[in-house]
Amino acid sequence: MRDVSATAKPLVGRGFRLQWEPAQSAHVLLYPEGMVKLNRSAGEIMSRCDGQHMLTEIVADLERTFGITGLTDDVAAFVSIAVEKKWLEIRA
Amino acid sequence: MIESRIERTNDSRSGPPLWLLLELTYRCPLHCVYCSNPTEFAHTGDELGTDDWIRVLREARALGAVQLGLSGGEPLLRDDLEQIVSEAHALGFYINLITSGVGLNESRIGALKAAGLDHIQLSFQDSTRKMNDFLSSTRTFDLKSQVAALIKRYDYPMVLNVVLHRHNIDHVGQILDMAQQMGAEYVELANTQYYGWAWLNREQLMPSREQVRRAEEMTNRFRKRVGDRMKVYFVVPDYFERRPKACMNGLGSVFLTVAPDGIALPCHAARMLPDLTLPSVREASIGWIWYDSPGFNHFRGDAWMKEPCRSCPEKGRDFGGCRCQAYLLTGDAANADPVCDLSPHHHLVTEAAAHADRGRAGEKPLIFRDHRKSIAVS
Repeated sequence: MRDVSATAKPLVGRGFRLQWEPAQSAHVLLYPEGMVKLNRSAGEIMSRCDGQHMLTEIVADLERTFGITGLTDDVAAFVSIAVEKKWLEIRA
Repeated sequence: MIESRIERTNDSRSGPPLWLLLELTYRCPLHCVYCSNPTEFAHTGDELGTDDWIRVLREARALGAVQLGLSGGEPLLRDDLEQIVSEAHALGFYINLITSGVGLNESRIGALKAAGLDHIQLSFQDSTRKMNDFLSSTRTFDLKSQVAALIKRYDYPMVLNVVLHRHNIDHVGQILDMAQQMGAEYVELANTQYYGWAWLNREQLMPSREQVRRAEEMTNRFRKRVGDRMKVYFVVPDYFERRPKACMNGLGSVFLTVAPDGIALPCHAARMLPDLTLPSVREASIGWIWYDSPGFNHFRGDAWMKEPCRSCPEKGRDFGGCRCQAYLLTGDAANADPVCDLSPHHHLVTEAAAHADRGRAGEKPLIFRDHRKSIAVS
């Protein structure tokens, strides 16, 4: 698993599209001829990955929204896996 | 290739039709001997009009459909393709165009991109009546190269689909080199599945076990050499397997196909199944068709199953395999797919494979898909 820098600005990978599906009550990630249904936390993280916000800002926003602290490691771990799967990319 | 890459996360059998496939037309400039369109396509009714297709899109999307395939025939033969794509995009579909590339020029790809097309799958096929022209036909190669370049220029991932059979499978190495030259990122080497025209030509198309083994070996060598730059899928012919594919994830679970004449199908080949009363989108809503029509409920659950499927611990994994294959091989769509070695009809599959091993192909002429033949064979 790769470390994700605190200043990285992840965004949804090329060829993928993230959207909210009311029929499934979930965020889904769409790609050529396929779909991943995201669980709630994955959806909340990915929907904040717009290429404009740094990892630290995303974590802060999630902690504020859900009134909890200490999310840094979990979010970084998810982003790292998502980058490996090409769901997210980090442009230099 | 639209099987199995959408997996349902729950077991409810009446979730939405997540995958919508619109076969916009059976018309096609090509005459492929392995075409999966029904052999009786010439006897089907008029194509739906633009308004009908758009109504289908709206109703399916409202139910939760999200992946859209546009195929045919050759979908580029529809002048309203851009309009259909534009409407589908506005509704929030992820749109895949499945095309031979014939008719895809710069102005059309530009218009499709602007309309919101997400993805193009370019297929390779034999565009001449000589199978041996498959690789040597400069005309085909030039056309495909131009289309491949267009696809890349418009920033689409380059996805190639090549149908393999007895007459081209030995050239897998050259096919992969050609794909690499074209800058393909994904290549699907799909062994022929025996439905439609391919069923008529099964004996002539089925490779020997040795051919399949060599092709897999060549594919693996290529994968090692090229690494991550190109992803190659090799779809093994299921006649050589011992367990059936989970065809369509079970009929009526995820997939909804609408044929050119408006007949709604739980699988694009299901038109052949005599047990199914198939509804038409001209007469019924997509909601009724999906949830309530007898045709879509017939093969849901496991009440329809016979032994050995009914008591099989694996029935929840493969749903008894493919209904169309069961029907074509045994005459009864409710039988186990004979690919399964637990099926009492498994010998029909092993005998066909053994026949291919003995190299008996070529004793009968190939039947090329065309309008006149479609009238004759059906």
